[in-house]
Amino acid sequence: MLLEVKNLGVYYYTLSGVVRGAENVSFSVREGEWITFVGESGSGKSTVAHAVINLVPSPGKIVTGEVLFQGKNLLAMKPEELRKIRGKDISMVFQDPMTSLDPLRKVGDQIVEAMRVHGVDDDEARQRAKEILEKVNLPADRLDYYPHQLSGGQRQRISIAIAMAFNPKLLIADEPTTALDVIVQDAIMDLIDEMKDEGTSIYFVTHDISLAAERSDRIAVMYAGELVEIGTTEQIIENPLHPYTRALVESVPDLWKESEVRAIPGYPPDLRNPPSGCRFHPRCPIFKEKAELKGRCDVRGPETLEVEPGHFVACHLYGGA
Amino acid sequence: MSEPLLKVRELKKYFPVKRSLLEAFRKKEERYVRAVDGISFDIRKGETLALIGESGCGKTTAGRTILRLIEPTEGEIIFDGTDVTQLSQDELRPFRKRMQIIFQDPYSSLSPRMRIGDAIAHPLLVHGLAEKDEAKEIALKMLRRVGLTPEDEFYDRYPHHLSGGQRQRVVIARAMVLKPEFIVADEAVSMIDVSMRASILELLESFKEEYNLSQLFITHDIAVGKLIADRIAVMYLGKIVEMGPIREVLRNPAHPYTMALIQAVPSIVRRKKEKKLRITGEVPNAAEIPPGCRFHPRCPFADELCRGDEPELVEVSHGHFVACHHPLH
Repeated sequence: MLLEVKNLGVYYYTLSGVVRGAENVSFSVREGEWITFVGESGSGKSTVAHAVINLVPSPGKIVTGEVLFQGKNLLAMKPEELRKIRGKDISMVFQDPMTSLDPLRKVGDQIVEAMRVHGVDDDEARQRAKEILEKVNLPADRLDYYPHQLSGGQRQRISIAIAMAFNPKLLIADEPTTALDVIVQDAIMDLIDEMKDEGTSIYFVTHDISLAAERSDRIAVMYAGELVEIGTTEQIIENPLHPYTRALVESVPDLWKESEVRAIPGYPPDLRNPPSGCRFHPRCPIFKEKAELKGRCDVRGPETLEVEPGHFVACHLYGGA
Repeated sequence: MSEPLLKVRELKKYFPVKRSLLEAFRKKEERYVRAVDGISFDIRKGETLALIGESGCGKTTAGRTILRLIEPTEGEIIFDGTDVTQLSQDELRPFRKRMQIIFQDPYSSLSPRMRIGDAIAHPLLVHGLAEKDEAKEIALKMLRRVGLTPEDEFYDRYPHHLSGGQRQRVVIARAMVLKPEFIVADEAVSMIDVSMRASILELLESFKEEYNLSQLFITHDIAVGKLIADRIAVMYLGKIVEMGPIREVLRNPAHPYTMALIQAVPSIVRRKKEKKLRITGEVPNAAEIPPGCRFHPRCPFADELCRGDEPELVEVSHGHFVACHHPLH
């Protein structure tokens, strides 16, 4: 197992109260696989991705759990130890590449700098910068550009180029294509696919379940700060078990789906004060239908059960205490 | 079929590019961004046309120009028999009520200092359609209609109390309170979570039926277009490159650009990687439109003809138009 996350919890200590951004999140990422986290905004998918590399932005704090990367707990590491892993064994790409690129320095200098941190000398770094730019289909003269001279798609190619530089074991990509047009999005997804082909495990985060379905080996679904279902892409798309996952699959406009699109009623809860029991119960169509679920879904949080091999769900419909 | 409610003919909107002092001194020719470069289409009563394209294709400018929120450079916009490009602002007033817009960003299109109920009542007062008390009554009904209940509670809330999806409901209520005949919806759901989109689209659909609305639905997302539109027009660098009934265009795209757009959309049904039409590069700057077919630098089928001659929009099958020298069928 490349990455094992156990019982991760992240709270945000805001002026208006404690936001329970993520709770009881456990999962693993295998060597060479592509796993995608889907969920709405505020579901905690991005929080977990940041917590994995101990980069939760203030006022967030990791309150529970451990993150084992090749057996070592990243959350217990000294900052300089973790820095050696970040950018080398674990790379990151974010929604807005401007947040990770320095606006005042040429793209080439930034790539060289990223390599220098990990002990590559400048001449070799220059040479390798040219090679990886070619890999992401950008002309070598872009090394002399400043980030603002590039389009959003080109900037994202640069951040992927930097992420590729060391053939990382894990790439964490948090909504890297959300701000891009579909054709550019598709090209960026192809690049990430190429990284996977070269052995990098992909930990992808998106709000778009179609995008998740297209390339992932496994999908994890988050709702209101909790992991509600995880399984292979086939299991999640063809046989979604959690009522939220089902609703999510049915709610997405899709070019080739003939069945009707159905909206999910209601709104996600405020995580300063999440609902009791299962956090989805106030919006759950099955809870509304079945009287026998009263006193269960609205009172106790569900256990996570393995319903078929590799397919886990946290829902009272499938038993448990 | 009835006469179209809206007829757009050869509509153009050019924005001048600022010249540097040196360029002005050297009398360098003034340059223009040809954001909308001669587009024509009709929308019938009760019909929805989806205007699809990537960022920078001119779709947003087109929508705003049609409502004369931006003045057109050239062309005709005939609404219910009247060319609105020829009207003064005063003469335009009665048309404003009949044509409304829903903007993309529910965060910036509502005043943060106005209670949402007042925001919905406001257009009624501006157009002199109701007195204060009556306007409030109507706004309350409208809040209920768009699903923001209890309505008297929502009336007094401010935009920052609401989620993105709720704000977009307010924006829709504010546009619909005037019972318009024509709506421009500009990326009305693109800033909303995927799971919320369907409910906003359902809401728009219900108004469309109730008022027999005609809509220009501007979006970059063909999957959303498919849900709501009767016809689709694909825009690239200021021009319509393909137009037709939505199902026909999705099944049989004739323009290579349309094909590439369709294939790039992720789908939960067609997950297996099919062989895709590879187009390269990104949309060029609209100040430097390529000669000939403006798509030729990215097109895998481009030849001499495409580099020299701009193709016309021609009908390839009933109601299906394409502007391409080498259509796919």
